Amino acid sequence: MSVLAAAHTPYTVPVAMMDALQITILVLVAAGATAVVLIREPVRQVLALSAYGVLLAVLFLAFQAPDVTLSELTVGAVILPVILLLTLAKVRKREE
Amino acid sequence: MTPGQRRRIFLAAGTGFIAFFLWGLSGLPGFGNYPGPYGPAILRVAVAQTQATGVVSAINFDYRGFDTVGEEFILFAAAAGVSVVLRRLRGERERPALDEAADRDVPPTSDAVRMVALLFAGPVVLAGWWLVSHAQTSPSGGFQGGVVLATAFVLIYLAGEFLAFRRFSPVTLTDVVEAVGAGGFAAVGLSAVLMGLPYLTNFLPPGQVPGAVSSSGTIALISFFVGLEVAAAFILIIGELLEQTLLIRRGGS
Repeated sequence: MSVLAAAHTPYTVPVAMMDALQITILVLVAAGATAVVLIREPVRQVLALSAYGVLLAVLFLAFQAPDVTLSELTVGAVILPVILLLTLAKVRKREE
Repeated sequence: MTPGQRRRIFLAAGTGFIAFFLWGLSGLPGFGNYPGPYGPAILRVAVAQTQATGVVSAINFDYRGFDTVGEEFILFAAAAGVSVVLRRLRGERERPALDEAADRDVPPTSDAVRMVALLFAGPVVLAGWWLVSHAQTSPSGGFQGGVVLATAFVLIYLAGEFLAFRRFSPVTLTDVVEAVGAGGFAAVGLSAVLMGLPYLTNFLPPGQVPGAVSSSGTIALISFFVGLEVAAAFILIIGELLEQTLLIRRGGS
C-alpha cells in the first residue's frame, strides 16, 4: 500500500537515488559490524554496538520497514547496550 | 589439534558454507519482488476490515495475533528467567552502595548527566505512551512503546540513584503490571472464544474512520496490554541487573 500511496505524493524519490541510498547504508552497516567485531575493549565495543544499532535502524527505514526501525532503535541502540554495560560493571566489580 | 589441522577444517567448512550460501542465494526471488499471495491480499483487505491504517499492527495483533501471543510469552519467560538466575544466592549478601575503599558514599552523579536525564524522562514517557496507543494508526506498537517506557526508568536511575528507580518501579507493582499485560493479551483472545469465535478474533467494533485512534477494535487494546507487559518486563530485567551490580556482593565482612 505504501508503494501505491507513494505514487500519488510529492515525496516520490527517483529509483536510482533510492538505490544509491540503500547501497550506501548497506556498506555503512557492513563497516559498522566489522568495527564492532574488531574493537576489543568491552566498554568501547558496547558503545560501537549502540551506534551500529542506529545504523541498522536507518537501514530498515531506507528499506521501508519503519516498524522494524522503531524496534531496532529501542532494543538494539538503547536497551541491549544498557544491559551489556550493567553486566560489564558487575563483572569488573568481581575482578577487583 | 595443530594450527594447520584447524586451518584445514576451517577452510573445508568455509568453502562448504559459501557454496551452499551462494546456491541458496541463486534461488531467491529478485530484489523487491515478493512472490507470495498473502502480502497483496492483506494489503487489499486490511484497512477495510480492521479500520487500522497501521497495517503491520493489524497483522501483528489481529491476523497473526496468535504468533504475537507466543512472542510475548517468550519475553515473559525471559524476564522470569532473569529473576530466577539473579536471585540472591547463599553466601551473597545485600549491601548499600558504598565505595569499596572505605565507608564513604559512591561518587555523586555529575550535574550534567542528572539534568539531561531529568529533561528527557518526561518526554520519553510521553513518546512511549504515544507509541503504545497509536499502533493502529502508525508503524509503532506496544513492543516499541513498552521498551521506550522502560528506558524512562533507566533515566530516573541516571538522574537519581537506585533507590529512586525502585521508588518509581516497586518490584511487586512491576510484577503485577507484567502479569496483567501478558494475561490481558491472552484474555482478549479468550474473550473471543467465550463468544463462540475463534481465539483472538477481533470482536470489538472496528469503528467507522480508518486511522482514528479509537478505531481497530481489539488491535489497540492488545497493543496496550503488550505495552504494559514489555515495559514491565524490561524494567524487571534492568532492575535485577542494577541490583546485582550495586547491592549484591559476594561473601564475608
